[in-house]
Amino acid sequence: MKWIRIEARQEPDPLMRFGSPVLAVTLTVLAGLLVFAVLGKDPVEGFKVFFLNPLRDTYALSELFLKATPLMLCALGLAVGFQANVWNIGAEGQFIFGAIGATGVALYGGELGLANSPTLMLGLMMLAGAISGALYAAIPAWLRTHFHASEILVSLMLVYVANLFCSWLVFGPWMDPDGQNFPQTRSFDDAALLPTILEGTRLNLALPLALGLLLIGHVYLNHSYAGFKMRVAGGAEFAARYAGYSSRRMVWIGLLAGGATAGLAGMAEVAGPVGQLTDKIAAGYGFAAIIVAFVGRLNPFGIFLASVVMALFYIGGEQAQQYLSLPSAIAKVFQGLLLFFLLATDLFVNYRLRLGRSAHH
Amino acid sequence: MEQDLFSAILFATVVAGTPLIIVALGELVTERAGVLNLGAEGMMAIGAIVAFAVAHHAGNPWIGAAAGMMAGMAMSWLFAFLSLTLMANQVASGLALAIFGVGLAAFVGKPYEAVSLPAVPPLALPGLSSLPLVGHGLFQQQPIVYLSWLLFAAITYFLYRSRAGLVLRAVGESPASAHAIGYPVIRIRYLATLFGGALAGLGGAFLSVFHTPLWVDGMIAGRGWIALALVVFATWRPWRVMIGAYLFGGVMVSQLFLQGSGIQVNVPQQFLSALPYLATVVVLVLISRNALSIRLNFPASLGQPFRPDT
Repeated sequence: MKWIRIEARQEPDPLMRFGSPVLAVTLTVLAGLLVFAVLGKDPVEGFKVFFLNPLRDTYALSELFLKATPLMLCALGLAVGFQANVWNIGAEGQFIFGAIGATGVALYGGELGLANSPTLMLGLMMLAGAISGALYAAIPAWLRTHFHASEILVSLMLVYVANLFCSWLVFGPWMDPDGQNFPQTRSFDDAALLPTILEGTRLNLALPLALGLLLIGHVYLNHSYAGFKMRVAGGAEFAARYAGYSSRRMVWIGLLAGGATAGLAGMAEVAGPVGQLTDKIAAGYGFAAIIVAFVGRLNPFGIFLASVVMALFYIGGEQAQQYLSLPSAIAKVFQGLLLFFLLATDLFVNYRLRLGRSAHH
Repeated sequence: MEQDLFSAILFATVVAGTPLIIVALGELVTERAGVLNLGAEGMMAIGAIVAFAVAHHAGNPWIGAAAGMMAGMAMSWLFAFLSLTLMANQVASGLALAIFGVGLAAFVGKPYEAVSLPAVPPLALPGLSSLPLVGHGLFQQQPIVYLSWLLFAAITYFLYRSRAGLVLRAVGESPASAHAIGYPVIRIRYLATLFGGALAGLGGAFLSVFHTPLWVDGMIAGRGWIALALVVFATWRPWRVMIGAYLFGGVMVSQLFLQGSGIQVNVPQQFLSALPYLATVVVLVLISRNALSIRLNFPASLGQPFRPDT
């Protein structure tokens, strides 16, 4: 005798498919106001600091897109795998290895005479970043395809290993000798830094690069036979096998794509706003990108919007720390809430709520 | 002297294995009902900080532990509501729980980072604790260590010897059949998930209130994920969870003893710290390559949503 029933739709509601992320963001903001009120802050003030400050002027917007860039890069690669039910959740580790690979080129490239050729230097760094990330993602891919080991757990364990490896590098062989024992490498030469694209801001070449990749991703995922196969494989394993699409191939493509873009994001971070390798280089981008991929509906355009929203939460967290004296971890609370709300509102894609008693009874 | 070292290693191994046992046993029960909750890391983090905060304010570690269990349960309820009632993807919901739990714990825990709790005295079991060699390591432990053994016995009995356990396993193997016979599949899955959440919270509480006892962001350090791997390693059987947990406990403490032993090891500390994670990967590979043993023990409906159509 339930008064609210969940009823399956004949087919997924296309409007809700894109409406549910919007609804989820709205609910997260509302929940945010409630959180501010519970913490004894003025909700209006909280809303301004957290959600509007990051949008207040050109510089703030440039910082927003700077933060969004690694998120969209990581999420794009993850989406390729998620489409096919390949759950790479180790983008954080692949990001770190990308950063390490790019740093290697930056630190030793000068000796090879690359210091005078920024194009070559940066090109090699990008290549090294993407390849390092992809190779690191190849470990879970290989263990999954050859030993059936869960890529979820393996890729995740490798995040901890990557963090420790990075820590060893910056505390050990790569530590800046003049850095007062801070766990970081020396600052990169100018040739190894991505040129900024907007005067007076830190916004750099990585953003147009990421946008270009999103476009390529859009064509691949939505307008190519290979992307179609990935989607079929994700939607129905049996159908994919019946049609002869190898699930091994999907695992490899999914993980390598995720690793390469995460690695590239790592490169963009060391060659961009940070300008060196530190022991806290990844800052949770790889995990936040999982949320971005879902909220963006595994769709490149959606990922672009979702990465901006998630970047806003990051910067909002920093603002909240500065102006409301709240721990910046509040950003992670909101990011997690966003995913919860999305998963909840996704119900309406495939189901509808009916009030009143079932007609069958 | 060597006996002292053995005793110390045994003691530390049991301590390191205990949270893994508690969390993995809880997850095992959840998964046996066909529910894959990947959020153990988040539930442990929340359990740890809530237990720590409550123990601090109440001045009593046991009230803290109870609060940690309740908090873990509340977190798992969130997951259950999403994945069982709203039929969201279980993998995505579990990931959401892990990310959210760790973030929320970091946020809530900020004011407690400078707080320390008094150590809880161990409970020496009369007679047993004076046994040679193993007495100190096994029987002069925190009460929660003994509780983990009781949990193991109770869960083994429940799963294999009780009618309720049989129903739970039936729900995990074939929810459609269990539903057809008239068992409330969703309610049973809820209960199994909540049980897993409570134990994950207790595992976190053990770390923050009894083991360290302090709270730092990131202190769970992947133990929730390792516990998930342990359930696979154990091929969903409780006795193998025990063996696996103590093996991992051994790997975790080996680095500490290497560093403290004075033996010159030319291996950077970070490489030793990576051992438990690498061991998890190795163990997963070794166990997963035998597809048959996985298939025989794997709860057939694990991770798949079930909707009783009326």
